[in-house]
Amino acid sequence: MDGIHDLGGMQGFGEVSVEADEPIFHEPWQATAFALMFASQVVIRSHNVDEYRHSIERMNPAHYLQADYYERVLTGTASLLVEKGHLSAADLAARAGGPFPLSRPVAPSPMVDLAPQLEPRFNVGDRVRVLPIAPAGHVRAPRFCRGHLGTVLHRAPKFSFPDAAAHDGPRRKEHTYHVEFAAQDLWPGEGASNDSVVVDLWDSYLEPANR
Amino acid sequence: MKQPDIAPIEQRTEAVKDALLDKGLITGADIERFAHMPEDWKPENGAKVVARAWTDPAYKQRLLDDATSACAELGYQGPQGEYIVALEETPERHNVIVCTQCSCTAWPVLGLPPDWYKSPEYRARVVREPRRVLSEMGLQLSEDVAVRVWETSAETRYMVLPQRPPGTEHYTEEALAALVSREVLIGVAMIENPAEKSE
Repeated sequence: MDGIHDLGGMQGFGEVSVEADEPIFHEPWQATAFALMFASQVVIRSHNVDEYRHSIERMNPAHYLQADYYERVLTGTASLLVEKGHLSAADLAARAGGPFPLSRPVAPSPMVDLAPQLEPRFNVGDRVRVLPIAPAGHVRAPRFCRGHLGTVLHRAPKFSFPDAAAHDGPRRKEHTYHVEFAAQDLWPGEGASNDSVVVDLWDSYLEPANR
Repeated sequence: MKQPDIAPIEQRTEAVKDALLDKGLITGADIERFAHMPEDWKPENGAKVVARAWTDPAYKQRLLDDATSACAELGYQGPQGEYIVALEETPERHNVIVCTQCSCTAWPVLGLPPDWYKSPEYRARVVREPRRVLSEMGLQLSEDVAVRVWETSAETRYMVLPQRPPGTEHYTEEALAALVSREVLIGVAMIENPAEKSE
């Protein structure tokens, strides 16, 4: 989905603030939220990692930007536990002593039709184009590279295709490719001529550049 | 878009935990185990990988060929370390890592990511204006050095293999590892030159 989570290239944000000697967790609840995220997937097996990532993407955008990272972790996890029938939203709000915001529902048609690519189609050095897709559900091709031409630097092993795993589509594994895009091509006139961005992209998201 | 007054995050976290415990879906031992698991994942692990690569050319080659196995050789593997790629710094090219869509990180060798890495500021800006962001973070790069920003939203997890600073020829592996911070392993800082530091 073209959601708030797909931040790459968005403008208007200020300076990055680095904390020296940052602890693993700042507050005890953050460790609990992390543990609940893990236990929901590994012990309860309520949902998979792609459903989990998408549950965070579905947060109200204003809540997403205001929330600490572990608040997003908790919100996504709680939303899926409710959607999968393990917990009830009313019970959570009652226990929390006030409103407990959950993520918005999955879109009615979350996937676009992409032909499965079970055999690798590309080699190092190939020029490829990212398909100009914009599915309403989970997709791991960032907006900023869609429709752009890039060069394959490396072919990685096969990994579960995330759009299908997040939305009960036909499960499949495909190779991903490290595709390099010139910064000048992504954002003409802005960056240095020797800068580039490398994005790790599933085979299905790509087409040969000469098509 | 105004958010209603929502229950404090501590209470919402307890609500989920207690509901799952009451239903018998998880145990207190599960929470303990997963809450402490990240203590094994830390940037000191990645620093030891770098120090080994600097002192053992055969290991460095294995790291560049197959970082997942090379990290596992030193005992560093696990969740978010299923496919690790080491990015070699050269005098001509600087590498920097970001997850624009969430906050993916090579946990076994970098640890859970710090807040700045997860911030909208870093995720939005470093792909588009890397030199400005790095300069604000204290890293000035020459115009001659190409910048490659590695986006890690899919399943490859990256670590930066920095250049060994001059003046460290006599350093032990342990002393070398101490030079390598989490920020160096992500690519937003350079190693402070020990030779310059002592002058």
